[in-house]
Amino acid sequence: MDRRDFMKSSALVGLSTFGAFDLVLAQSTGPIKIGLMAPLTGVAAAGGKEIVEGFNLYWELFGKKVGGREVQIFVEDDGSNPDIALQKARKLTEQTKVDFLIGNLLANTGLAVAEYAKSNGIPYFIPVIAADDLTQRARIPNVIRIAGYTASQTTHPMGDYAYKKLGYRKILTISQDYTFGHEQCGGLCQVFSEHGGTIVNQLWNPLNTQDFSSYFAQIQAAKPDAVFCMETGADANRFLSQWASFGMKGKIPLIGSQNTTDQSVIRNLNDEAEGVISASFFAEGNPVPATQKFVAEYTIANKQLPSVFGFTHYIAAVWLAKAINKLNGNIENRALFLDTIKKTTLEESPLGKPVRLDIYGNPVYDVFIRKVTKRSDGKFWNMPIDSYPNVSQFWTYKPDEYMKQPAYSRTYQGIKKA
Amino acid sequence: MSFFLFQLINSLTFAALLFLVASGFTLIFGLMRIVNLAHGALYLLGGYIAYAAIHLTGNFFLGIVCAVAILAIFGIFEQYLLKFARGVDLRQVLITLGLAVMINDLCLVIFGGETLSIPVPELFKNSLEVFDFTYPKYRLFVLFVGASVFVFLTLLMDKTKLGALIRAGVDDRETIEALGVDISRIFLITFMIGMALVAIAGALGGAFLSLYPTADSEILVFSLAIVIIGGRGSLLGAAVGSIVVSMLSTFGQVWFPELSYFVIFGPMALLLAFRPNGLFGRPI
Amino acid sequence: MTLKNHYLLISFGILALIGGFAPLFAESYFISLCTLVLIYAIFAMSIDILAGYAGRTSLCHGAIFGSAAYMAMYYVTIFGGSPAWAFVFGILMAIAISLIFGVLAVRASGVYFLLLTLALGMIVWGICQRWTSVTGGENGLRGNIRPEWLADPNHFYYFVLCIFILAAFMMWRFVSSPFGLGLKGIRESESRMRSLGYNTTLHLIMAFVVSGIGAGLAGILYAFFNSFISPSSVSLTQSVKGLLMVIVGGVGTLFGSFVGAGVLIALENLVSSFTQRWSFVMGLTFVVTMILLPSGIVGRLLATKPS
Repeated sequence: MDRRDFMKSSALVGLSTFGAFDLVLAQSTGPIKIGLMAPLTGVAAAGGKEIVEGFNLYWELFGKKVGGREVQIFVEDDGSNPDIALQKARKLTEQTKVDFLIGNLLANTGLAVAEYAKSNGIPYFIPVIAADDLTQRARIPNVIRIAGYTASQTTHPMGDYAYKKLGYRKILTISQDYTFGHEQCGGLCQVFSEHGGTIVNQLWNPLNTQDFSSYFAQIQAAKPDAVFCMETGADANRFLSQWASFGMKGKIPLIGSQNTTDQSVIRNLNDEAEGVISASFFAEGNPVPATQKFVAEYTIANKQLPSVFGFTHYIAAVWLAKAINKLNGNIENRALFLDTIKKTTLEESPLGKPVRLDIYGNPVYDVFIRKVTKRSDGKFWNMPIDSYPNVSQFWTYKPDEYMKQPAYSRTYQGIKKA
Repeated sequence: MSFFLFQLINSLTFAALLFLVASGFTLIFGLMRIVNLAHGALYLLGGYIAYAAIHLTGNFFLGIVCAVAILAIFGIFEQYLLKFARGVDLRQVLITLGLAVMINDLCLVIFGGETLSIPVPELFKNSLEVFDFTYPKYRLFVLFVGASVFVFLTLLMDKTKLGALIRAGVDDRETIEALGVDISRIFLITFMIGMALVAIAGALGGAFLSLYPTADSEILVFSLAIVIIGGRGSLLGAAVGSIVVSMLSTFGQVWFPELSYFVIFGPMALLLAFRPNGLFGRPI
Repeated sequence: MTLKNHYLLISFGILALIGGFAPLFAESYFISLCTLVLIYAIFAMSIDILAGYAGRTSLCHGAIFGSAAYMAMYYVTIFGGSPAWAFVFGILMAIAISLIFGVLAVRASGVYFLLLTLALGMIVWGICQRWTSVTGGENGLRGNIRPEWLADPNHFYYFVLCIFILAAFMMWRFVSSPFGLGLKGIRESESRMRSLGYNTTLHLIMAFVVSGIGAGLAGILYAFFNSFISPSSVSLTQSVKGLLMVIVGGVGTLFGSFVGAGVLIALENLVSSFTQRWSFVMGLTFVVTMILLPSGIVGRLLATKPS
């Protein structure tokens, strides 16, 4: 950076602390290059395709221009594999020379790329990587979870709802055995047990479990009031259809995680998921006009209802566009860019309410308790039946207190003994 | 007790499906000494074709027939390609792997990355009351198919001339060629039987295990384990191997959830280390 | 030196020269690709020692590669040790694992050896996936473990280049030595070698360990390069990738592994710029290579008889 740029950017930083965002500067010309990474092949291929579709939808609707500069999007396939994700991150950063990275789906790909971003300072946005610690104990200044969520953010209120509104006292959790699953279960278990509920058992199935029948027998034996199920992708499809075909549906109430009842799963099932309750910041059946407008536009463009993958990346694009416009396209100063993003509140979003980031770089949302409902055209979607306003990644805990407890893991589930 | 019985039936039904996949694999491996690493991808392809056919025609069994037909044709093509690798293990590895990767990518383009389930035919939709638990009828159907195919294949091998030729070919290919048998016709028929079996497996599996991009490598790994344990070219070995692998997987999941893959590969490695030809296999 | 060896040495020398000057005219992404090619070349060559020279095709080298990488990563990031010792412990880990694998596997041959090593590799993968407290499970281990003097990507590239040249030279000497020739003999006819008095089992185990050291070396360099290791680097896919590099380049040519590594990594990275169907293109390349160039690229160039 030469002296003139330095003076310019320090002037800008100085003025911005006094809130003078509307400074008109000589803009950088040339296109803004965005590096979008998503699993287009491999185990997470379905979600990856929707990430790209959701992100692109925004630019298709509003034009590929922001802050007076053209937008170029470079899509790379991370193969659902952290080694490939790293290679592509390197390629986008060093060869294509993108201005920032965004995307990825699987937590381990996100962690790998975050490590790389840490070493060279390129801004990295993770709308769907939910590894809690990336905005908690192991936060990296240039990694921000715009439009994203932490794994436990949506399950904390679920634990509350299960105890208080649904009246359950004994819950059994079954979850995929990896960090995302541990964190989602931990969130629910902590809040549920704090209210006085009991976690009768916790079952952990390996990723890609073919056959859930052996777990059903254990579930029946434990006789819980309800079962919380945390499965993603093919495992979610299999769990729900096997749950129904083994006659468990209707016998024991099922609470799903956000991914279990996600549109990407339920659109390929019949009525196996009908009636299942889950908690999420996104409900594609939310009658609020802003949401329905988004759902309609998405459906026209991609011939199917949006899932959480498409939705989060669409909002991420909205957020980015707003911040870049505020800076008049000058995003070369990374520190300022990141700072502006953190301070940007999304007034108009498809969620229908303003969304902002907390000081740790994670959004604060209203969380809906939603139910899988059948539409008049025979398709299924999630409709909200209740909501919790302004839920942060820390639930009702003080951030410092919360971060003193260890991260959720298989051995630590936040369960409070009576 | 009923818990145990429940798990037992589970493992048997899963074993039935595995047997359908592994039997084709072991026949091809046994007779033609070809390790068909595209077998898993063919399972997936068969499943997807059945899915498409069922959605077009509404008939489950027609879907299976379609899958068998298309895969049989593909089998002819693959068999031709494998002539370029005749006898050399490494070349087979590369060709069949290359085919597997291509099939997998093609399926991704045509069917997308989402998890698709083949709808269970009306006939088998509900569950049956077995002792004091309910069990899906469809799975029992799969068990029935697996068992029938085993009986059919065993009869084919033991009681027909074709079967005798195949068994002789597995034991000593050179000699029966010297006796004037057109071994390439036998190869082709065997290959196509293998294809038919894996197509049926894909269609049946698509209903209770679902179809998605990585299902091919998962089922391939199971098939390899079964063929190793059961032994090359042995139908009985494939059946026993399927039951062993399925039980290890099912009960292992319940008792040692930590160890999932270990529970299958540990015994497999030990078995191979001390009994290289598997339980019933013939040495190469 | 035979004409064939002359050829090899000259082309090697030319490439080494080009490699040496690369950082001067290429930009950082290309250099990182070259570094990756060199690392994988070491990996593939180690597989070739067993597959090409001893006639034993294995599918567990990914596990050895990854274990050494995990050890190096663990030692620095969690244990807090120095990178130099991480190197040493990584190699020791590779030796330990290849010794265990070797003892269990060498009595099998052909396809059974392939399948047995596959099973052993899967066991290691399973450990890396499940032993979360040590290996980080699905998320793996991460952290920059390079010493200060290797922080610059160009310096690291030169470092890897030197190691590659050294390793390639030593492997070449190994396979040309009487011991290496003994391996070829075992590949041709194990029973004959035994009747000549060779302890073929011991021979093979030692070859396995040497091959494992090569794979481990590549693994450690990979950990240094990537600052990240996860179960995918230990998986069957990794072993298959290495084996494919050997086959495409030409089994039993050693140098072919280097070419194979270059081809595969180029395909992986460059094809994806043009089409999303890069894995289809890879698969097609494999099939076409086996039809047109059955003995691999270098194998064909040297007109080596297929083994």
